[in-house]
This record gives sequence, C-alpha cells and structure tokens, in this order.
Amino acid sequence: MNFITNPLILVTFFPLVGVLALLFIPADKKNVLRWTTLVASLLTFGLSIWMLTMFNKSNPDLQLGFSLPWIQVAGWNISFAMGVDGLSILLVLLTTFLTPIAILSTWTAVEERVKDFMIFFTLLEMGMLGVFLAQDLFLFYIFWEFTLVPMYFLIGIWGGPRRIYAAIKFFLYTMAGSILMLLAILWLGIYQGTFSVPELITKGGIPGNVQLWLFLAFAAAFAIKVPMWPLHSWLPDAHVEAPTAGSVILAGVLLKMGTYGFLRFNLPMFPEAALKAAPWMALLAVIGIIYGAAVSYAQKDIKKLVAYSSVSHLGFVMLGLFALNAQGIEGGILQMINHGLSTGALFLLVGMVYEQTHTREFSVYGGLWKIMPVYGAVMLIVSLSSMGLPGLNGFIGEFAILLGAFGSKAIGSPWFAGVAAAGVILAAVYILYMFQKIFLGPEGSIVEEVKKHGHALRDLNLREIVTVAPLLVLIFWIGLYPKPFFELIAPAVEKLLMAFPH
Amino acid sequence: MKLSDLNTILPIVLLVVWACMLLLVDLFIPRRSKGWTALLAAVGLAAALGLTLAYAGRESTGFCDPNNPGNCMVVLDGFSSFQGSLFLASGLFAIAIAYGYLKRMGLERGEYYTLILFSISGMLLMAQAADLIVVFLALELLSIPLYVLAAFARPRTDSEEAGVKYFLLGAFATGFVVYGITLVFGATNATSLSGIAAAVAAGSFTKYLLLIGAALILVGFSFKVAAVPFHMWTPDVYQGAPSSVTGFMAVGAKAAGFAALLRIFITAFPSLNLDLVPVLWGLAALTMVVGNVIAISQTNIKRLLAYSSIAHAGYILMAFVAFGNPAVASDAAASALFYLVTYAVTSFGAWAVVIALEKTDGKGLEISDFAGLGRKRPLLAAAMTIFMLSLTGMPPTLGLVGKFYLFRTAVEGGFIGLAVIGVLTSLISAYYYLRVVVTMYMREGDPTTEHEPWLDLTWGLTALATVILSFLPMALFTWASGAVLKLF
Repeated sequence: MNFITNPLILVTFFPLVGVLALLFIPADKKNVLRWTTLVASLLTFGLSIWMLTMFNKSNPDLQLGFSLPWIQVAGWNISFAMGVDGLSILLVLLTTFLTPIAILSTWTAVEERVKDFMIFFTLLEMGMLGVFLAQDLFLFYIFWEFTLVPMYFLIGIWGGPRRIYAAIKFFLYTMAGSILMLLAILWLGIYQGTFSVPELITKGGIPGNVQLWLFLAFAAAFAIKVPMWPLHSWLPDAHVEAPTAGSVILAGVLLKMGTYGFLRFNLPMFPEAALKAAPWMALLAVIGIIYGAAVSYAQKDIKKLVAYSSVSHLGFVMLGLFALNAQGIEGGILQMINHGLSTGALFLLVGMVYEQTHTREFSVYGGLWKIMPVYGAVMLIVSLSSMGLPGLNGFIGEFAILLGAFGSKAIGSPWFAGVAAAGVILAAVYILYMFQKIFLGPEGSIVEEVKKHGHALRDLNLREIVTVAPLLVLIFWIGLYPKPFFELIAPAVEKLLMAFPH
Repeated sequence: MKLSDLNTILPIVLLVVWACMLLLVDLFIPRRSKGWTALLAAVGLAAALGLTLAYAGRESTGFCDPNNPGNCMVVLDGFSSFQGSLFLASGLFAIAIAYGYLKRMGLERGEYYTLILFSISGMLLMAQAADLIVVFLALELLSIPLYVLAAFARPRTDSEEAGVKYFLLGAFATGFVVYGITLVFGATNATSLSGIAAAVAAGSFTKYLLLIGAALILVGFSFKVAAVPFHMWTPDVYQGAPSSVTGFMAVGAKAAGFAALLRIFITAFPSLNLDLVPVLWGLAALTMVVGNVIAISQTNIKRLLAYSSIAHAGYILMAFVAFGNPAVASDAAASALFYLVTYAVTSFGAWAVVIALEKTDGKGLEISDFAGLGRKRPLLAAAMTIFMLSLTGMPPTLGLVGKFYLFRTAVEGGFIGLAVIGVLTSLISAYYYLRVVVTMYMREGDPTTEHEPWLDLTWGLTALATVILSFLPMALFTWASGAVLKLF
C-alpha cells in the first residue's frame, strides 16, 4: 500500500496540514483562523469516515496498517508502524468527531491569541490520533508524551485563575507515570528484541514475575491518565482550570488514552500479570466509582462536579476491562465512547452558560429552565445519558460492564459488580442534584447579576445548537441501536480474549 | 617522528598553526573591525572540521615507540573523529554566539577567538590521546585558555571571580589526574593505554595501586565534567563567565572530559570494572539527584543551566557505569557520544537565547526577565521551549531520543535501579524547565531582546536540528555507534 495515500497516515497527519495553513495566516484575522481550523478538523473527520468505510469489521486483526523500518541501527529495531482494529477504531472516530465540536465551542469563548490556540489544538488532535494508531512502542511513546505539550499550553495560557498550577500539575503527574512506562518499553526492546506491538504480543514468553513488574510500569502511566483512584488528584484541577474546549478534549479523548493503553498493551502483552492483577484493579475501579460519585455530590463548582463524575465513570470502564470477558470489555470500550460523548457534552454545556455568567458556583444558579428552555432540554438529555437512563447511551455501556463484572472469573466475586451498581444510583443523585440546582426552583441571583451588566441571559444560539446536536444524535443512536458499534468492537475483543483462560 | 605521525593529528596541527598565525594577524586588525578575527577563526575551525570529516573512517596511530610499535602517543579512530567534529562544530557555535555579544558588552578583543582555537586544539588532542602523558598535555591545553576566557569580562568582579575559581579548582583537578597517572605508571610501568592494557592482561601490575590511580583520574575528570560532589565550582563559574564562554564551556569542556574518561577507562581499565561499578553508580546517581534538585530553587537562568549541565553529566555517567562489560561497552560509548551531540545542540541553542536577552552588568538573566517573551518574540520563545523540552527529554525533540539511548544502555547493563533514578530525576527536571516556559508564555512582561544575525542563526538552526533530528536520527545513530574506540 502506498505510504502517502495510506488512510491512517492521512488521518493522523492531516491536522499538520492545518497547522501549516494556520502558520501563514496573520494573527489578527481571528475568523479566518477559526474557519481554517474547523475546516481542517472536518476534513480530518471525513478522512476518518473514509477509513471506516475501508475497515472490515469482521476481521479481528489490525487493518489498513503498515510498518516501515525507521531507526534500525545500533541494535535498535524501531519501525514506523500503524494499524487500526476494533479496539481503536471507535476511539479514532471519537477523536476526529469531538475535535470540530470543541473548536466550534471556542468561537466566542477564545478571543486571546486565537492563532496559538488553534495551532496547539490541532497539534493535540494529531498527537491523540497517533496514540490510538501507533503499533510500535517507541512511536506510541512519542505520541503519548507529545500530547502533554499542547494540552499543557492550552491549560496554562487560556485557563482559569489557577491555570499555571493546574497545567504544571497535569504535566508532572502524567509524566511521572509515563517515564516508568519508558523503562518497561526499553526492557521489552532489549530483551524481546523488538518494539513492534503485534510482534511482542505473539512472542510472549516473559517470565511471570518480570511480567508483573512490566505490567505495573505500564499501568502506572495509564492509571494516572485514566485516572484511577488514588491517582486522580490532577484531574479536577486540570478540568476546572482548562478552557471549555480543553475540558471537552481532556474528558472526551485524553482520559481514554489511559483506558485504551490498558486494553492495547497491558492485557495482551502481559496476560498472566493482568489475570493476577484483575481483582486488585477491579477493587480500585470500584473505589473510584463510589469515591468519584460521593465527591461529585459535595462540589460547589459545576465543572468540578463533572470532573469528579469522570473519575466515577472511568471506574466503570476499568471494571469492565478487567472483567476479562467479552461483555465486560465490549461494554468498557463502548463506555469510553459514551463517556466521551456525554461528559464532553456536559463540559460544552457548562461552558456555554459560563460564557454568559462567568461563574460556575451552584449557589447563584436556579430556575434557568424558564429563561433558557432549549438549553434546559439539552442539558436534561445529556444528564440522563450520563447517569445511565435506559434508552440513552450510558445505560448500554454500564449494563454490559456490570453484567461482565458480575460473571467475571478473573475478578472472582460478584460483590464488585454489586457495589459498582450502587454507583449508578449515586450518579443519579449527584446529576439530578446538579440539574435541579441550575434549572429548577426559584430564580437564582445570577439572573439579576447578568441583567445588571446590561444584557439578559439568552438561550442557545444556532451555533451552539449545531455544536451539541451531533452529540445528541449519537447519544440516542447508541442508546437505541448499539448493534453497529458492538459489531465493530466484538471480533477484536474475541481475539484479545484468546490469551486468557475461559 | 615520521611525517605520517603528523598526518594522524593533522587537524590539530592545522588548528594550532592557524591560532598562532591569528595571534599575529590580529595585531594588525584595527580595534573596530575585530569581526575579521572572528571570521578568520571560523575559517580555521571550518578547515579543521573539513579535514576531520575527510579523515573520518581512517584508523591509524602516531608517535609510536620505535622499539615497541604498539605503544603510541596518539590514535585516530572513529571515536576521535566523532568527538573532533563535535568540538570543532561547537567552536563554530561559540564564535557565532560571541560575535555580537562581545561587541554589545564591550568585550571585543581578538584574543577571545584565538583562545577558543587553542582550547579546541586541546580538546582534539584529548580525543586522540593514547597515552596518559598526552592526556595530561591535552587537559592543560584545553583548560588554560578556558581559565582566561572565564575571566574575559575583566573589569567585572564576578567574571574575575569565575576565572580564579575555575583556575584554582581546575589546577586542583589536574593535580588529581597527574597523581593518578603517576600511580598508574607505578602500578603497570606504562603510561600508554596499550601498555597499561598489556600489563593488566599479563598480570604484571599492582592491583591496588592501579585502582587508586584510576580512581584519582576519575576524580580529576569528574571535576571537568562537573559531576557531584566535584561540581561546586560550576554554578559560580557558569554565572560569572561571559555567557558565550559559558555556552562553550558547558559543551566543550564536558565533552572533552567524557572523551578522556571513555577512552581511558574502556581501553585501559576494563578489568577494574567490578571495583569501580559501585563508585560510578553512586557518582551518577548523586549527580543526577543533586543537579536536578538544586536546580529547582534557582532564579537565575545561568545558574539554572549550570545545574542542568551538572544533571546531564549525571545522565551520561549513568550510561558509563557499564563501561567494563564488554557486551555493553560499545553502547556506553556510543550512547554517551550521541547524548553529547544532543546536549551540545540543545545547550548552545539555550545559551543563544540567554544571550539574546542579556543586558550589560549581568541584567536580564533572571528567569522572571523572560516573562512575556512568548508574545514579544514568538519564534525565540518557541525555540527556547524546544530547548527546554529537549533538556527534559520530551518529544518531539532530540533530547528524548538521546535519553532513550542512555536509559537503554543502563537497562542493558543491568542497572535498572539507576535507570529508575534517572527517569525520576528527569521528572524533577521537568518542573524547573517548565518554569522557564511558564514564564515566557503565561506571565506578562515586556522583555527587550537583541536581534543579531549570527545569534538568530544559532538558535534557529539548533531549534530546527533539535526537532528534525528527533525524527531522522538514523545517520547520527550510525555515526555514533560506528565511533567505536580502538581497543588495544
């Protein structure tokens, strides 16, 4: 297959074309910059759809891939290798789908240094796509670490009042995990003689105790990114301080890099260790579910609530993955997508009202439904999706996960699933609490406050509706007819599970 | 002595002759057009660089003992031509960053360029030395011009202090080296590396005398490469010396120190491996930890880069720990060389940015003076960001590839604990390197900067190289791994 016309290459590196175009646009032409970025990201989305049309969903293997010798000197055996399979294709699509939406959300929210913002954002998209598509550990590590840099700038320059603290915390936390993974990658490269992921998986044969260490080193990187309890403390800071578009991508895609990492590397490369670790990972996941939910309820800041709810939701994903059976893992993958859609939408919606009120304190809100009915309706749907109401996407994923975890031999006890189910109820508590505080009850002080500045609160405008509409469509689609999504995932999961005893 | 002996060290001969001539020619160049001296010095360096590259791939020895042709004074091999190219290229950079800077600071004197040439001759000789006496000679030839250069901003007391401090500690370090050489000679009855290796192989040596001698040589060069606990001079000297000198010193002197360590230890002392591993392990770990931890509290960019340079000596030492393990030794040398190039490119870039912001009287050197640079000079700030990321070891920069190689060597040698210390201290380093980036982009300020064509060229080129070489490091890898030491 020709290297230049390879769909994976095009999808990953098309954003660079956007960056190149942005470089030549003067910084004061803000709308040109915005449109250019939007068009570039839409074209990237188009390319990923093209990739989807070529994807054979009944094939469990890596597809459309290639492997070119890259650094093959001095005992190095590094290839430029990419590939896509059922484990990653939905995440690639999620990335290219959320990016234009996030860019639309910045239209009026980002007025300062628009050019730099758009460049960093587009670079971030490239990094994330590379993470999901790379099939060589060295290449993967480069993309993985690279995503830190643009995100760090997005938080640090365009973030809230404590942005510098949050940006550095985000950077250092994530780097702390990934450098341990770096050592594990080096170990694999030296003693297994290759950095190629598929080769490492087929080769296997790593002694059990070493496997456990390698598992832990990789897990350190991914667990921080997910984030799993107790490594989550960077997340609320990063979310609260990040600009809306940054939060959307952070919650929507960046966190999935962690769960994806477990799926792509930890499970197939170190199956024995994964089996041993499964109950412990499930324990941490369940603690995360309950802890995240409980802490969400205690928040006074809307964004912080949504941030902690991510800890809870990703606990579900981790529980599903370490159930190590088809239902659990398929549910986990779908729940990654669901969380990207609903939490991404929640951050978008919070950002939309914040743009008008400049506050996220619950205490000043109330009775907004009367003033902003469309906003209220959209928020209701998204909230219900986030808490897992049947008929919407969240239910499908959580149900599959709980089913998987309940019958999981690897986890070994149905109690984990039982406690996790309580998390579903807690989710209803904090999400309805949030909805009620903002939209129901007597009119909050913020309504008057905004009026004092000479304009009233307005409902969503056309651009904002266009921004959230695609998310709503998918929320219903997955909720009512998830079959096409499961069909994409299932064969690859079956293949992954071959490594584990049934 | 035969003519072919001279041929072995032809680049050095060329450079020394050129430097002597320049000393004379400079007398006739009027004070206001010292640019000609700079140009002539650069031409000399470029010629020597061309010659070194033309000789790359050759292997020969020179100035051998007629009765024992295995014992030679100098050697030309892949290692020496790699190191030689590095030294000569850093000489060119040192001139590029100095040209406008010296003028601006009122320091423009032709001797600057001549001294650089002499110092580089010493470094070249160090890379080719095959005898401990030549090592000593080279050490002095490279160091003495640097002492003078450190004090080059003469009326400024901190520069004088830097010169004196560097001289005193340098002399002290040389003392260690000489004493070590004496003991090694006493132990093996040889000063040539091949002679020592032969004596060790034949078993005709005194183990403890040799060990102490080797340890003293190690101490001496630890001063040169600024390894902890022999690093005390570094921050003061780096801060006091004119920035263009510091930039040169940070790269050249360190690389020369490692050239000597690598060649002496890998070729002459591999048998001391087991005894020295704990020492080197501790030295590397201590250097990485202390350098990185103390760097956190620095507010002056020159001191920050000084501690960063200490820390990077630690990373290179980490790969060096396995020097005596024959399976890893060639990787130890190659990864050290690769990293020295990485460090040289990045560090020169960073120093060029520092120089672009420096004002007279040592103003403009606080990290807070970088505030607002992201808006005022976007390209300059972007370049500095690239250098900081590269020093941290983040993609998409050469620093990541370099560290990857060093860590791989450490893991390969079985020193996983040391590698863990290495990555954890890299994490610490991210904090203080990021602080520079934070200041440039996230704090408001209005820095004044200089536009000097050669300076702009330096940071522009090095920034581009840092990024591009990270994707296409194959040639550099091949070259570094081909730069194996000639074993005796």
